[in-house]
Amino acid sequence: MIISVASGKGGTGKTLVASSLALSLSDKQKLQLLDCDVEEPNANILLHLPINQTERVYIPVPKVDEQKCTYCGKCAEVCAYNAIAVVKEKVLVFPELCHGCGACSYLCPESAIADEGREVGTVERGHSGNLEVIQGKLNVGEAMAPPVIREVKKHIDPANTTIIDVPPGTSCPVIEAINGSDFCVLVTEPTPFGLNDFSLAVEVVKKLGIPSGAVINRVGIGDDKIEQYCHRERIPVLLRIPLDRDIAILYSKGIPLVEGMPRWREPFLRLFEDIQEVVTARRAAQ
Amino acid sequence: MLPPGGQHNNGQTRKQMKEIVVLSGKGGTGKTSIVASFASLAESKVLADCDVDAADLHLLLNPKISEEKEFWSGQVAYIDQEECTECGLCQELCHFGAIKDFQVDPLLCEGCGFCYRVCPVDAVTMQDSMSGHWFMSETKYGYLCHARLGIAQENSGKLVTVVRQNARLIAERENLDCIITDGPPGIGCPVISSLSGASLALLVTESSLSGIHDLERVLGVCRHFGIPALVCINKYDINQENTKKIESYCLDQGVVVVSKIPFDNVVTEALIKGLPVVEYSDGTPSREIKKLWQFIAKALS
Repeated sequence: MIISVASGKGGTGKTLVASSLALSLSDKQKLQLLDCDVEEPNANILLHLPINQTERVYIPVPKVDEQKCTYCGKCAEVCAYNAIAVVKEKVLVFPELCHGCGACSYLCPESAIADEGREVGTVERGHSGNLEVIQGKLNVGEAMAPPVIREVKKHIDPANTTIIDVPPGTSCPVIEAINGSDFCVLVTEPTPFGLNDFSLAVEVVKKLGIPSGAVINRVGIGDDKIEQYCHRERIPVLLRIPLDRDIAILYSKGIPLVEGMPRWREPFLRLFEDIQEVVTARRAAQ
Repeated sequence: MLPPGGQHNNGQTRKQMKEIVVLSGKGGTGKTSIVASFASLAESKVLADCDVDAADLHLLLNPKISEEKEFWSGQVAYIDQEECTECGLCQELCHFGAIKDFQVDPLLCEGCGFCYRVCPVDAVTMQDSMSGHWFMSETKYGYLCHARLGIAQENSGKLVTVVRQNARLIAERENLDCIITDGPPGIGCPVISSLSGASLALLVTESSLSGIHDLERVLGVCRHFGIPALVCINKYDINQENTKKIESYCLDQGVVVVSKIPFDNVVTEALIKGLPVVEYSDGTPSREIKKLWQFIAKALS
C-alpha cells in the first residue's frame, strides 16, 4: 500500500506526520519512507537514518557529433522546449531547457546526436531496522524536480507499505509524487492560508481519483472554517494535532513527535488503521 | 524556465526599478505574512504573487481584478483510437511513461511531441493546453499581479515569468520604485523563474533544523544566479540554539541576518481578520517587520 502525505501549503506538518506515521508502524512491519520533496528534503532530518547508498540522477541531453551533422535543422524543429538551435554551421544546445524527451537524437537523419547524461540530482538510501528511507535531492540551481522524483519512486517495494512525503503546491512535482498512491493524507492548519491551499490539494486528489483524508495540525491557532469545510465536502478528519509549543520545539530539534512524546504512537497507529480500512474497502469494491 | 537573466528586456529599466523577492526554501515560514505587511509599509510599489500554484497573498490584500487572461502554455498529446493501429512505438519511446494502453495520460505528458512525430499512421495530434489564469488587480495598497495555475498543470515557471512581466509593465507605466514579490517554496523551476534577474532576495527562515537546511539550499540558488540575499529568522524564539546556529552560519557565509521575529499568535489572528499584521497589532512582530522594511528600503535605494 502506498500512502502519500501532501498539503498544498508548505510548512503545515507533512514531514512531521510522515515521519511519525513511519516510526509508529516500523515496530511491527517493514516499510519505506520516500522523501519526494526533492527541492527541500527534510524527512531524514527527523529520522536520522544512516545513508549508505547514493545514486546520481541523470537526464539525457543531446550531444551533437559535428563530424556527422549536416546542419539540416531537424533537431531544432522537433524540440518543443527550444533547447537546441542550429545557427549557420553550428548547433547550440541549452541543457537547462532540455526535458530529456529524446526526440532530437531519434529523429536526426544523420544519427549525429547521442544522448549524454546530465546530472540533475541524487537519490540517497539508508535503513535501520524495519524502516528504509529513500530521499531525492535536486541539485542546487536545477529547475526540474520530476526526473528526480521518478527515480525515487522506482525504489518502491510493492510488498510493503510505502509512505511518500510530497512537496508543497499543486503542480507537476506534486502530481509526480502523489500519482499511483492508494491514499493521500492531506495535512493542513486551521488558518485562511491553510484552508485555501487545502481546497486546492483536495482538487488535485479528486482529479487523480485518489481517496483522501485530512490531518489538522496546530488546532487552536486559528478558526474552525477548515472543520466546516471538511464536514461540507465529506472529507474525513483522521487526526487533530493541537497547537503546542513543545511539539514545535521537538520538531525544531529534529526529534520526531512519536519519539519525543510516545503517547502519540497510538493516534498514528489508529490513523494507519483508518487508512487501511478505506483502501481495503475500495479494493473490494473494484 | 528561461535562461538565467534572460527575462529582462533591457538594462535601463533595471537601474531605476528594484525588485525584491521573498523566498524561504521551506514552506510555511511566514513569507506571505511578511509580504502583506510590506504592502502596507512600502510606498511606491507593485506587488507580485509568484507562488502561482498555491497563491495566498490575495487573501490578505482583497484585490479587485481589473484584467484577467487565460494562460495557454505547452501542449498535450492525444491519440485518435480510430486511427491507432496499436503498434506500440509511441509507448516504447515516451521518456515520461505517459502512454499506457495506447492512451495518453495528460497528467504525465510533457508535451514534447515525440509520439506525434513518430506515429506511422498519424494517429497522434498535439493539442494546446490552457494551464491557468493571470490577473492584474488593484488593492488598497496598490497594484497586485497574481495568477492561478490550473490544478495539476505544468509550466508554473512560465506563468511566474508572465506575472513578473506584468508587474514590470505596471511599474514602468506608473513610474513606481519597486516590485515586491512573494515567492514560492522550494528551489526548483518556479523559484528560479521568480529569482533570476531580481535586485535582492529576502530569505525567511525559522529556527528549526529543517529551516536551516532549506535556507542553505535556497541561499545556494541565490549564489548560483548571483542575487544578493538577506536573511530574516521568523519564530526565532522557538529554538534559540538553532537561531544562534543560523546566525553563525550566515556570518560565515557573509550574509546579513536583518531581522529576528518572535513567535506570536497575533500573526495568525491578523490573518484571520484579513489584515497585514502591522495594521492589526503594535506588538513585537509588527515592530520587527517595520524595522525590517526600513532596512530593505535602504538596501534597495
